[in-house]
Amino acid sequence: MIEVRIRKRFAPGPESAGFLLDVEFQAGPGVSVLFGPSGSGKTLTLSSIAGFVKPDAGRIQLDGQILYDADSRVCLRPQLRSCGYVFQNYALFPHMSLRENLTFAAVRHARLERYRAVSEMLDRFELGPVSGRRPHEVSGGEQQRCSIARALIGNPRLLLLDEPARGLDLPLRAGLYRVLRQVRAEYQIPILLVTHDLDECFELGDRMLVVREGCLVQTGTPSAVRERPASIEVARLLGLTNLFRAEIVALDPGRDQSRLRFEGFELSAAYLPGHLIGDGVWVSIPAEELRVTSGVRPGPNQASARLVSTHQRSQSVRLEFEGELSVDLPRAEFEKQKHNKEWLIEFPAAALRVIEGVAANENTR
Amino acid sequence: MQSAGLMQSVDWFPLWLSLRVACISTFASLMIGLWLAYVLANRAFRGKELVDAAAALPLVLPPTVLGYYLLVAVGRESAFGRLYEWTFGQPLVFTWQAAVVASMLHAIPLLVKSARAAFESVDRTFEMAARNLGASEWRVFWRITLPLARRSVFAAGVLAFARSLGDFGTTIMIAGNIPGRTQTVAVAIYDAVESGNGALARSLVLAISALSVAILYLANRIERRKQAT
Repeated sequence: MIEVRIRKRFAPGPESAGFLLDVEFQAGPGVSVLFGPSGSGKTLTLSSIAGFVKPDAGRIQLDGQILYDADSRVCLRPQLRSCGYVFQNYALFPHMSLRENLTFAAVRHARLERYRAVSEMLDRFELGPVSGRRPHEVSGGEQQRCSIARALIGNPRLLLLDEPARGLDLPLRAGLYRVLRQVRAEYQIPILLVTHDLDECFELGDRMLVVREGCLVQTGTPSAVRERPASIEVARLLGLTNLFRAEIVALDPGRDQSRLRFEGFELSAAYLPGHLIGDGVWVSIPAEELRVTSGVRPGPNQASARLVSTHQRSQSVRLEFEGELSVDLPRAEFEKQKHNKEWLIEFPAAALRVIEGVAANENTR
Repeated sequence: MQSAGLMQSVDWFPLWLSLRVACISTFASLMIGLWLAYVLANRAFRGKELVDAAAALPLVLPPTVLGYYLLVAVGRESAFGRLYEWTFGQPLVFTWQAAVVASMLHAIPLLVKSARAAFESVDRTFEMAARNLGASEWRVFWRITLPLARRSVFAAGVLAFARSLGDFGTTIMIAGNIPGRTQTVAVAIYDAVESGNGALARSLVLAISALSVAILYLANRIERRKQAT
């Protein structure tokens, strides 16, 4: 169990704006993903936990042991923190073989145990045949496994990974995910993973911590965060499409209905508990839940729109309409409709999701 | 001229003395210089750049000025000089050990300059990773920083050795010119030219030149081989 509460202020310099890191969270065994855009303070948080950076205030506690506490002026050296750290570029020592890299890290093992412990680790991560080679003589996947093995050989109580998949191609990425799932199953320790890749959150994350501008803005399982983003900013970070501002013009709890007015048209949605008529809300509409037909006269919950562009994707086709409205169609469906002149977009009531959090800045769009 | 006879009569003592002085000086300078370079590269403290500047001072000051400073600092009247005399039973000045001190004064700045740059060019993540893996600062230095910077450090060491081999000004001021005791090659050549002994001067000049070329050539080769692996 890792408990973190830290603050660190960076004064604005001549070329950089000031930055305030202020995060508080706890994480138990399993993978917790720190997700956020570049420069939001994710890596800084990891560095503070590992002891490379000293925060200004707060406290970091790992399994009940205090690693850092501003009030009692405790700040353990990185050597004493037993946090495994996997660096972005792996940081394997280039002048040592893979086995030597692991042996270097096995100082906590008794001298006689060391060779056996290293061999076991090499086998577990399928590095036996290449253990005598230097890092630059082995493949990217082997380097990656070696860096994880090296971080784990000292039996850390916490594993920190800083964007481990950055710059990897798809097969390597899949290999990494497989290794990390194996690590999660074999070691009952908290794993903190920093990423700005959304797919990685869903692939690995038991929990997701959304970081933005040095603050933690939402925590939860990845799917819960995606279903119910706490604010319009989180929705944007998650890459949700079709974020629109709307006004509630009617609420009918009896028929479980409400009506929302957008710029130029009105749509029916499910009843919105806890809202009043006249409220302004943000609505997100998943692009894959929209339907399109050919026609000019909009029926109920339909709107006509002008097609701006189409984009081929691996699994679907994205249609972009005027007013920043996107629709994802399965390929087969697109083939049937691609000769449409006029387009009608149908909004199923269930597709309209109101973002419940209060937007930090209402008029950003 | 009876050149064979002259070769017989050449006193090679200055060459051996110079080699001995250079070896000891390089070794001692490596100890002090690498430590100072590591501190300058890794620690943040007040007056750090002042220390760096002071360490480089011997490179620009006239050798006579350095010699004068040394006479004041380690002479028989100084605190250090008295301590040395009390410990070893003889004064430091005008002994071959004084020549070692004089050479170190030039070798250390060279080492500090290049080694600091070398240590700073080592990717910090390797050191961070080593600390994260539980390595003490001592272990980080010997197993990570120094091996990764070894080429530049080795080159700096060779340079320091070559520089120690040929020191003249400071050496003559503090170690003097006592034939058979403190007369190094550079001093002996000066002495030979002054006293019109051209044959001796030529022999020593040729020997020291050949030796220097050989050292630099060897150093280059070793460095090349290290790069290959």
